[in-house]
Amino acid sequence: MDGNGLPPAPIKSIGVPMPMVDGPEKISGRALYTADFYDHAALTGCIKRADVAHAHILSVDISAAEALPGVHAVITGSETDEGHGVLPVSRTELPIAFDRVRYKGEPVAAVAADSIEIAKAACDLIKVEYEELPAYFTAADSIAEGSVDLHDHRPGNIERHVDYEIGDVDAGFGQAELVHETEYHCAEVCQVQTEPHAAFAEWDGERDELTVRASTQVPYYVHLMLSKILKMPKSKIRVIKPFLGGGFGARTEALNVELITAMLARRVRGTVRTVISREETFITHRGRPEQTVKIRMGMTKDGKVTAIDCQTIQRGGGHSGYGIVTILYSGSMLFAIYDLQNVRYDGKRVLTNTPPCGAFRGHGTVNVRHAFENAMDEMAIKLGLDPFAVRRANLIAEMGHVANDLWVNSYGLPECLDVVEKASGWKDRKGNLAPGKGLGLACSHYVSGASKPVNWTGEPHATINLKLDFDGTIVILTGASEIGQGSSTILVQCVAEVLGIDPTRVKIIAADSRVTPKDNGSYSSRVTYMVGNAAIEAATNLRGVLVAAAAKKFDVNPEDVECLGETYRAGSQDEGMTFDEVAMAALEGTGTITVKGNFDTHPDSWGGKKYRGAAIGGSMAFAYAAQVVEVTVDPDTAEIKVDQVWVAHDCGKALNPLTVEGQIQGSVWMGMGQAMTEETRYHKGLLISGNMLDYRVPTFVESPPIEAHIVESIDPHGPFGAKEAGEASLAGFLPALTSAVADAMGVRAHELPVTPDRLLRILEDKEREMRSSATAAE
Amino acid sequence: MKSLLSLTVNGRQRDDGVAGNLLLVDYLREVVGLTGTKIGCDGGECGLCTVLVDGKAQHSCLTLAASCAGKDIETIEAMSDGGRLNAIQRGFHEKLGAQCGFCTPGMVMAAEALLRDNPDPDEDTIRTEMASNICRCTGYVKIIEAVQFAVDEIKANPNSKQEAA
Repeated sequence: MDGNGLPPAPIKSIGVPMPMVDGPEKISGRALYTADFYDHAALTGCIKRADVAHAHILSVDISAAEALPGVHAVITGSETDEGHGVLPVSRTELPIAFDRVRYKGEPVAAVAADSIEIAKAACDLIKVEYEELPAYFTAADSIAEGSVDLHDHRPGNIERHVDYEIGDVDAGFGQAELVHETEYHCAEVCQVQTEPHAAFAEWDGERDELTVRASTQVPYYVHLMLSKILKMPKSKIRVIKPFLGGGFGARTEALNVELITAMLARRVRGTVRTVISREETFITHRGRPEQTVKIRMGMTKDGKVTAIDCQTIQRGGGHSGYGIVTILYSGSMLFAIYDLQNVRYDGKRVLTNTPPCGAFRGHGTVNVRHAFENAMDEMAIKLGLDPFAVRRANLIAEMGHVANDLWVNSYGLPECLDVVEKASGWKDRKGNLAPGKGLGLACSHYVSGASKPVNWTGEPHATINLKLDFDGTIVILTGASEIGQGSSTILVQCVAEVLGIDPTRVKIIAADSRVTPKDNGSYSSRVTYMVGNAAIEAATNLRGVLVAAAAKKFDVNPEDVECLGETYRAGSQDEGMTFDEVAMAALEGTGTITVKGNFDTHPDSWGGKKYRGAAIGGSMAFAYAAQVVEVTVDPDTAEIKVDQVWVAHDCGKALNPLTVEGQIQGSVWMGMGQAMTEETRYHKGLLISGNMLDYRVPTFVESPPIEAHIVESIDPHGPFGAKEAGEASLAGFLPALTSAVADAMGVRAHELPVTPDRLLRILEDKEREMRSSATAAE
Repeated sequence: MKSLLSLTVNGRQRDDGVAGNLLLVDYLREVVGLTGTKIGCDGGECGLCTVLVDGKAQHSCLTLAASCAGKDIETIEAMSDGGRLNAIQRGFHEKLGAQCGFCTPGMVMAAEALLRDNPDPDEDTIRTEMASNICRCTGYVKIIEAVQFAVDEIKANPNSKQEAA
C-alpha cells in the first residue's frame, strides 16, 4: 500500500501530455547551443565566399591575408580533395571550392584569426582570380541545348531523370469521365531555423585528435564526413551535438561550416569557433527547391481517380545534396495516401548555379502534393462534387502493399476527414460564407523514417543503451538528436512506460559519439518510430534483469514476480521490494547494469524493385493528415487572412499528446509560410532575400489559430502503435489555402507564394476577362 | 579605444571597459558570460536577443553597450525565482511554448515586458505586442497559451510574479 492506501501500480507515461524533459534548461537560458561555447584560447573562423555564380578558379592569393597581424591560418580549396554529400555516388561537394565555383556565396577560402573583425578583414584581403562561365539560374536554362556542364559526371546538368509507369495509365485515362491537366509552380523556400549555423572544433595537438560540436541534426553523418574530408580515422574524432535551435531539414547532411571549422582547427592545432551570419545561413541553404509540377488527372464522375500523369522539374542548385532522393520522393509519395493504380511519373532534378537544396520538412512530397490536391479540387468543382466526397472516393480499402510496393499497415485518413469536416462545420458553412470568405480542404501524408538507410552498413537502424547503477537512476544513452521535436522526452516516456516507473527516474544523454550509441540522426521523421522501438526493447530487457533479481530474492520463479514499476512483489499480499532494492539486488555480483535494445525495419517495408530508386519512400508506417483552411480575402488589396485552420493528424498512438500537438501546429504554420509569404529570391545568382524581413517568415500577427486534432490509428509495428507526427501536416496547408481562396474569390493561384500582388493580378485578369466578355455579349 | 561602462546586470553592479562599437548582446554574452540571450539574425529582425533595459523590452543587437551607462539590464538568467521557473517560464514549460528553445529567452523577456505593462492582455494584444519576436517551431499557438497561463497564474497568486522594476 502506498501513502494513499491504494495498491501500488505501474506509473503511466505513454499518452500523457508531458512537458519536455529538457524544457527547464531551454526556458531558463542555461541550455548551451553550439554558439554558446566559448574558450579563451579559441580563434574565430570566417568563410570567404565567391562573388561569382559560375567560374573556374584560376588562382587564390592568400599572402596579404596571412600577413595580417592576428591571422593564424588561411586555408583554400587545396586543403582537401575529398568531397562530401549524401549518397555515396554523389559526394562531390568540396567544403571549399578548389577549381570551380558553382554558386554565388560558395566558400573559396577560410580564415582563423584572433577576432571576427580581423578574420573578416583577412577575407577581404584574399584575392581570387576567376574565369567566368555561363551561369544558369533556372532549371530550363541549365538543361538547354549547349549549356556548360556544372559537374563532369552529370552531363546536361541533369542530376537524375526519373521516369516510370506503374499500372496502365492510358487505359486509366480511357476509363475517366473527365481528364484535366493543371500546372503549379512553387518558389524555393528555406528552413530559417532560428539558430544560425555554428561549429566549435578542438584539435588535440598532443594526440592529433579532434572534437567537434556542431549545429547538426545528423552528428553521425558529420562524423563520417569529417573522417573522409580530413582523411582521419573515425576513432580519432568525437562529435557532440549540443542543444540545437531547430533543423527542419537544413542540417540533415554535413555542412561546409563544421567541415571548414575542423580543417581550420587542425591547421592551427587548437580551437576554432565559427558562427555564420543569418545571410550565410540562407546561402548554405539546403531548403526546398523551386519546382514546377504538371499533373494530368483522370476521374470518374463520382470522383474516383483513374490515372495520373505527373511531370515535374526541380531546380537543385550547384551540388547534389539530397537531390536524387528528393526527386524520387516526389514520385513515390504520389502513392500510399489514396488508392492509385495507374501512375506515370517523369521527374527531373537539375543542377543550377544557385545554393544547393536539401531535405526540407516534408522532403520531396510537398510541392507535388500541392499540385495533386489542387487538381482534385479543380476537378471536384468541374464535376460538381464536394471535395470531401472526392477524397472519400479514393481511400485505400485494404492494408498491405500499394501499387508501387509501399507498405501501408495503418490508415487513419478516413477518420481525419470525418474529424475536420465536423470541426470546421463544413457541411453547413461551405458555400454559405460571407463574400470574400472561403473554405478549402486538402490531405497529406509522410513516412515514419526511411526504411533503407543512406549508408548501408548492416547495423540495425537504431540502438539504445540503458545504464542502471547503485543510485537507482536509469540513464538512456542514445545517438538520437534532440532538435526541439522532443525526441529525448519521447524516449524517456518509452522507457518509463515499459518499466512502469516514475519518469523523473529516467535521465538521458544524447548525441555524443564518445558516449552514446550511433544513430543515423533526426530526419525523415524516423526517431520516434525507430529509436522509440529500440528504447522499448532495451527497457524490456532491463525489466527482465530486474524481475530475475527480484525472483531470486523472493525465491520464486520470475513469472511469479509482479512488476509494479516502483514496487516488485511475489504475491498480492507481499509487501514487496522497492525499485531501489530490486536495483541493488540486480547489481549484486555484476555491478553496473547495461542493456541494449535494437530496431530494424521489416524487409516488406523496403519499397519495391519496379524501377531504379524504388526504395525511396519505403517506410514502416505512414502518417496522414487532413486540414480545412478558412480565409478572408480583401477584394481591393487581395490580402489573404487565414481565419482558422482545423487539422487532424493520424500519428498512430500519440505517445505525448502535448508534443504531438506542437508538432502538428508547427507543421501547418510552416506550410502557411510557404503558401503565403516565403520565397528565396536571387538577382543573377545573388541572394537578395538573405534576411528575415525580405524572406518573410510569418509573425504572431498574421498567424492563425490552429486547432489540432489527434487521430490514433494504432500502427501494428510502431512503438506503442505510434507513427510520425512532425511532417505530414505541412503539405496539406498549401493546397487547402489555394482551394480556400478559390472558394472565396473564384480564382485559383497557380504560383506560390500567394502574395497579395500575385493574387491581385489574378483578380484583375479575371475582372478584365469578365468585362471584355460582357462587352462582347452586348 | 575603450571606455568604462557602469551599469547593473541582473541586479549586480558592474564596471567594464568596453569599446564604443560593442553591442549590448555581445557585451552580455562575451564580457559578462550570460549566453542565455541568443542571436538569430544579422540585426533587428528576429527578436531573439530581447532583454529588458530599465524594464522595457529592447533588441540587445540594436543597442550599444556604451549607451546603457547607469541603466538596469535584465536578461533571461534573472527570470528564475530561486532557481525555479517563474510564472511566464512555467507557462512556456507546461504549455510547450518552447520546442527547440532558441527563441525562448527572447520570447520570455518580451512576455515579461508585456505583462509588467499590462497584466491582463487579450489574445490580440499578446499577438501585437510580441510581434517582433520570431519563432519557427510553434506557429505561436502554444506561446500564446503559455502567456495566458502566466496571466492566470499571476492573477491567482500575485506573489508568483517577480517584483516589477
